[in-house]
Amino acid sequence: MSTTTIAKPASLRGARLPRWTPAVVALGSAAVAVAIGTVAGLDSRIQWGLIAAVLFIVASYAVAVAVEGGRQAKDRLATSLVWVTFLLAVVPLASLVFETVERGSTVFNGYFLTHSMGVVADDEPGGGIYHAILGTLEQVLLASVIAVPIGMLTAIYLVEYGRGKLAKVVTFFVDVMTGIPSIVAGLFVLSFWILILGFDFSGWAGAMALAILMMPVVVRSTEEMLKLVPNELREASLALGIPKWRTILKVVLPTAIGGITTGVMLAVARIAGETAPVLLLVWVNPMINTNPFEGSQASLPLYIYQQYAAGNQAGYDRAWAAALALIGFIMILNLAARGVARWKAPKTGR
Amino acid sequence: MAKRIDVSGLTAFYGSHKAIEDISMTVEPRSVTAFIGPSGCGKSTFLRTLNRMHEVTTGGRVEGKVLLDDEDLYGAGVDPVNVRRTIGMVFQRPNPFPTMSIFDNVAAGLRLNGSYKKSELNAIVEKSLKGANLWNEVKDRLNKPGSGLSGGQQQRLCIARAIAVEPQVLLMDEPCSALDPISTLAIEDLIGELKERFTIVIVTHNMQQAARVSDRTAFFNLAAVGQPGKLVEIDETERIFSNPSVQATEDYISGRFG
Repeated sequence: MSTTTIAKPASLRGARLPRWTPAVVALGSAAVAVAIGTVAGLDSRIQWGLIAAVLFIVASYAVAVAVEGGRQAKDRLATSLVWVTFLLAVVPLASLVFETVERGSTVFNGYFLTHSMGVVADDEPGGGIYHAILGTLEQVLLASVIAVPIGMLTAIYLVEYGRGKLAKVVTFFVDVMTGIPSIVAGLFVLSFWILILGFDFSGWAGAMALAILMMPVVVRSTEEMLKLVPNELREASLALGIPKWRTILKVVLPTAIGGITTGVMLAVARIAGETAPVLLLVWVNPMINTNPFEGSQASLPLYIYQQYAAGNQAGYDRAWAAALALIGFIMILNLAARGVARWKAPKTGR
Repeated sequence: MAKRIDVSGLTAFYGSHKAIEDISMTVEPRSVTAFIGPSGCGKSTFLRTLNRMHEVTTGGRVEGKVLLDDEDLYGAGVDPVNVRRTIGMVFQRPNPFPTMSIFDNVAAGLRLNGSYKKSELNAIVEKSLKGANLWNEVKDRLNKPGSGLSGGQQQRLCIARAIAVEPQVLLMDEPCSALDPISTLAIEDLIGELKERFTIVIVTHNMQQAARVSDRTAFFNLAAVGQPGKLVEIDETERIFSNPSVQATEDYISGRFG
């Protein structure tokens, strides 16, 4: 009978690379990549970057194997992969924001934000997005007024009450709704509201299609947040003789409200950029129309599309500036959502 | 205010699984009754059937009778909300409401059940926190969140919350298992004081605790894993710990199994 013993290290200390190693390896691989790129005559910076990324991963692994040994090297490999993929994700985002700010800022000013396209021909400079901002705000607000209560109540039903067949069916249809392409939601409202019932194009019609797109997102995010509320809190409340509906209203929802708000804001951000249903249902209007229930309106994504489609420099400038405004709008919403989530988060302070 | 509980032929299920079978016992008013027994024998399940919290669990179902004085908790037309207002519960892990301050936590049961004047609420909150021996530690920070307290303080906060609605029976499901010896002692002392006013039922894994705090002790056991738990015997705590009438009880208490 033989016993195998695990080899014990001679010392608890292992060889460690200095802290600045990754930075030096990164700079080194960037330099080598530039050299290779120049010599080989590659003129795309993206190629340079990819070469640098591969070099960085290989080099940091090799250096770690040589100095620190296998396990540490795998750790370094994973870390450098995380960094490289992070950069791969950030580069397009940063370049998109940079491009939009650079091109959009040429005509983006107070005048642009407060005027419509009412008296401006498509190929003339001037004009603005006031009517489009107004349209987007109204349509998104109306869509939220429909979708948020229905979505939240559905989620509350699914988490707090839903048992058996009906809950399964509801969950299934929420999943199906999540997958509806926005153009299909638009076509549905178009055929139902405008072609069958005979109503006119309006912001309201667009808002209905947007609500269909928004609802499953609200249901899903609210559901996840309600599931995070510990069952112990529900039981504590029920054991005090508090009825179930008050338990949900006063204990469960306040505990989850931060996350629910974030989810709703993200759903709003999701529909604020929708073009297809708006194109089908709201139509286009270069004038300011404050009434979402009558007549066609404008909206930011549609405005961007339309200005780009006009195919001249003044239109391109306006499209970029409107894109900047739309990104800004969504960013403000996201920041507001984070603020609310932090403000409403359960306090742990002593 | 304290009331007697008479249980007869009580069986509880989780879906089709029978968790406890045919339990009958009497819980005397103004006394402490302890439930002991190995894990999984259904002590907590039985405790939860006493204020209709068992049916909150998915698939939870009960057969049999639980009489509070002369009223059957499972009788037709009985509102579980009213049952729980009369029979309060303290859980194993302290669970103060995280969005509420210390004051609001204690006032929650009252406020969410009806409207009270601010001065009434102040008086009840103070009385309940004093009753839970927590008043001196928190009186200067009633508006701070309850989750900022230590584990032992949180558990006493939960006891204050439970007694604020003036229940007639207080059920405690291993209230000290997550606490250190000092907090445990504080809660045991508190149980001694509370039994002047309430009927108390406590589930515990700590035999010394059962011996220290309870007047009567019930021993639960199960024949095998998967079998329903049963009540082996219930008697004066002294007798259970010195001279129990069933051999299994003696074996369990002296550590020979379980």
